[in-house]
Amino acid sequence: MGYYITEFSKYFIVLFASFYTYECFAVFRYEKEQDRGSIYVRQYIFMFLVHLSCFLPVCIQTGQIEYVFFFIFQQIGIYAMIALYHMIYPNANRLVINNMCYLLGIGFIILTRLSYNKAIRQFVIAVASFIIALFVPNLMTRVKNWKEYVWFYGAAGIISLGAVLALGAVTNGSKLSFYLFGVRFQPSEFIKIVFVFFIASLMSRSVTFFNVALSAVAAGAHIVILALSKDLGSALIYFVAYVVIVYVATGKKRYLLAGLAGGSGAAYMAYRLFWHVQVRVQAWRDPWSVIDNQGYQITQSLFAIGCGGLFGLGICQGSPSSIPYVEMDFIFSAITEELGVLFSLCLILVYVSSFIMFMQIAMTMKKMFYRLTVTGLGITYIFQVFLTIGGGIKFIPLTGVTLPFISYGGSSVLSMIIMFSVLQGLYLIGGKKYVAKKRKEEIWEEEEEPGDYAGDD
Amino acid sequence: MQVTISVVVIFLGMMGYFTVYAMTHREELFNNSYNGRQQILAAQNRRGEIYARNGEKLAETKVDSSGEEKRFYPYGNLFSHAIGYVDKGKMGIESQANYYLIQSSIPVASRAEMGAKGEKNPGDCVYTTFDADLQEAADRAMGIYKGAIIAMDPKTGEILAMVSKPDFDPNEIAAQWDKIVEDEESGTLVNRTTQGLYPPGSTFKIVTALEYIRENPETYSSYRFTCNGSIREGDSVINCYHGTKHGEVDLSRSFAKSCNTSFANIGLMLDREMFTDTLNTLLFNQELPLQCVYNQSSLQILKEDDNGEMMQNAIGQGRTQITPIHLAMITCAVANRGILMKPYMIQRVESAEGAKIKEFSPEEYGALMSQKEASLLKGYMEDVVMNGTGSKLSGLSYTAAGKTGSAEFNSKKEESHAWFTGFAPASDPQIVVTVIIEGAGSGGDYAVPMARRVFDAYLGEKDS
Repeated sequence: MGYYITEFSKYFIVLFASFYTYECFAVFRYEKEQDRGSIYVRQYIFMFLVHLSCFLPVCIQTGQIEYVFFFIFQQIGIYAMIALYHMIYPNANRLVINNMCYLLGIGFIILTRLSYNKAIRQFVIAVASFIIALFVPNLMTRVKNWKEYVWFYGAAGIISLGAVLALGAVTNGSKLSFYLFGVRFQPSEFIKIVFVFFIASLMSRSVTFFNVALSAVAAGAHIVILALSKDLGSALIYFVAYVVIVYVATGKKRYLLAGLAGGSGAAYMAYRLFWHVQVRVQAWRDPWSVIDNQGYQITQSLFAIGCGGLFGLGICQGSPSSIPYVEMDFIFSAITEELGVLFSLCLILVYVSSFIMFMQIAMTMKKMFYRLTVTGLGITYIFQVFLTIGGGIKFIPLTGVTLPFISYGGSSVLSMIIMFSVLQGLYLIGGKKYVAKKRKEEIWEEEEEPGDYAGDD
Repeated sequence: MQVTISVVVIFLGMMGYFTVYAMTHREELFNNSYNGRQQILAAQNRRGEIYARNGEKLAETKVDSSGEEKRFYPYGNLFSHAIGYVDKGKMGIESQANYYLIQSSIPVASRAEMGAKGEKNPGDCVYTTFDADLQEAADRAMGIYKGAIIAMDPKTGEILAMVSKPDFDPNEIAAQWDKIVEDEESGTLVNRTTQGLYPPGSTFKIVTALEYIRENPETYSSYRFTCNGSIREGDSVINCYHGTKHGEVDLSRSFAKSCNTSFANIGLMLDREMFTDTLNTLLFNQELPLQCVYNQSSLQILKEDDNGEMMQNAIGQGRTQITPIHLAMITCAVANRGILMKPYMIQRVESAEGAKIKEFSPEEYGALMSQKEASLLKGYMEDVVMNGTGSKLSGLSYTAAGKTGSAEFNSKKEESHAWFTGFAPASDPQIVVTVIIEGAGSGGDYAVPMARRVFDAYLGEKDS
């Protein structure tokens, strides 16, 4: 019996995941969020079915009864989040919330399969992040003058990143993090939100040449600090976010070209100067010749990808743990090995659908600052997805960044949930359907009703 | 909007790359020795069986009473290089088909049943193109000599037999390993059919003749030369085998009699650049369309080659090195109207319950020569059997065609490798056989009779 469930669940997972993914794009057929109601309801159902059919084999294979409770808690957490969000912010964009919850759910299951303890930690952090996330949109809509704090953002960014460079613990050859109250923080994950605010507020003031040059110097300072910390992935993300924001603000191709030329030049310099950059490029070009050393990670990742096939080996049937840091940088490979190529393609499309939604939101923004912020955050998010997936499949050199919402890591999950919440807040501002004061009263009234969700979280 | 479209395009590109990579590199990634997933499968599945084309079992995994698995090869030494082994690294079909042998494609219900019984799933079975009877005939023909025999079907590219000697018993490989490895000189583990590099000797005259025809499409038939048993150019002298004087010869007779002097003379007339092009199309110095481990044949014609070297090149001596399978492939192209079919050894893969998993069909590699060139060479090769060095193949119920060779491999002139490469029946070639016998003597005396036994076995000639 158990064998049949493991075997057939593979096909159901792909089936439900493709339904879910289809609905992610079906959303764009309707312009107004109100018309999309039935789509979202179907998404709730498919999301649950995907999570359930992923979880069942984990439970059967491991035979751990506590996994059942863990799964129930996960689902309660996810649907409580969705329900609470909907009550507090009835006009929030539900595709964005659904995708966030869908991806988190996938992450919980894969992590449970890789390491139960890490999955529990991830879940606790996600719940805490949910609670924080409930306040963020409200904060976004209340504060009217976000764009006034230009130099505060800039200073906060440079000081924090500089502090990490100076004091940070050395992890895996890159200075990325420090410990605060026993919790490891990776400031570059949070500062990228502040960085987008910084560049967006600076560029929304004026697009004179002087201002662009000023922004280039300030952005360059961030990126150089990150590169010196050997956090190449973040450096690239900051760089791409910067170039895109400037391009959208000015509308001038020459800035885009100048940015790309500057970036390529800098990348070449980095390649010539830093040994660890050369190592990564070599491991990308021909990992097989250095399979014992620098190529080990990427080749193990390719083995995982290669053996999955269309439907995967089935959960708990592969050996993704052979990839070093699988739960962080290579979780996409683990997913492909056990859930298959088709599921992974659906997963990529889910990420892309959120991005398209953000870009659509950006288009409706009337104020330049908001438009730039949404664009910048959207690019930051999707470029990170590109770096981690592209790196893991040897499409591009490895940079060692996490897969949003799925990879293990407190900073990663918290910062991504905050980023999505900030985007929600901006969406509410853009939609102008949200009248903060009036709604607020209703919200608190609603929540005091004897709802199903009150005690769940 | 531009930003969105650019991102979507980049992601579509990445998804395309991802899908193609994951789907096309499965086998290669799986077989990599750094991939620990092989061990996982080995723990779940019992390695599958290997069969000859007519269903004879060539390898199976037996489980003894204590549950210990042992790979068993019923034919012992006979298929040592062709099927290979798994105990000390992998070789032959065991290596090439490893991906299939360690998977199990039995239905879910059977898997569940095996799981309940606590038994391993039976792995998929591999059906090779080898003909067990032919392999046996080739093996017996070669006797105690060192060397290699390969037989192929020129119309399909199927490899029918491959014998390499000295051989070993794959059942005893683990026990005999140290001894075999220590004895470097005999190269027992080398599959001479695909890895052995030999000077081609006179068999290379197939290539030289082709080049001459290409360079002189109008006048090749009026080629005349008077052979006095040797030719001198500067300091270099080329002699005919045993110093035989062939008198006046044309191209066909030069070929049939394997007249070194005449071919050295032809070598002096050839254009070095055009010769290099022909060598390239015949896959010298290049990768061969083969799935197995092999060595590349080599012959570089250099611009600065002097006339002496060109004479050596023309008769297949000097720097030239070729593997028996490569010579067999060139012969296949001659036999098959110029078209080379990709050689292959795995016919199909079936699950342990007989369901078809994968089938390999004949695949064309392309034309190595034109149809006209092939038919000319074929005529010359028929003449070798009827009026030349291959006469030991004449007067049979089938007409064979081929080319002999006696390749000198060291300064002591007496010693030479005996070569034969050819096909039969000449009118409708069904089998190509290439034979090399190390240090035996002349091809006509030693290699031709061995090839004949293989032809006889395949074409059903009783009287041999």
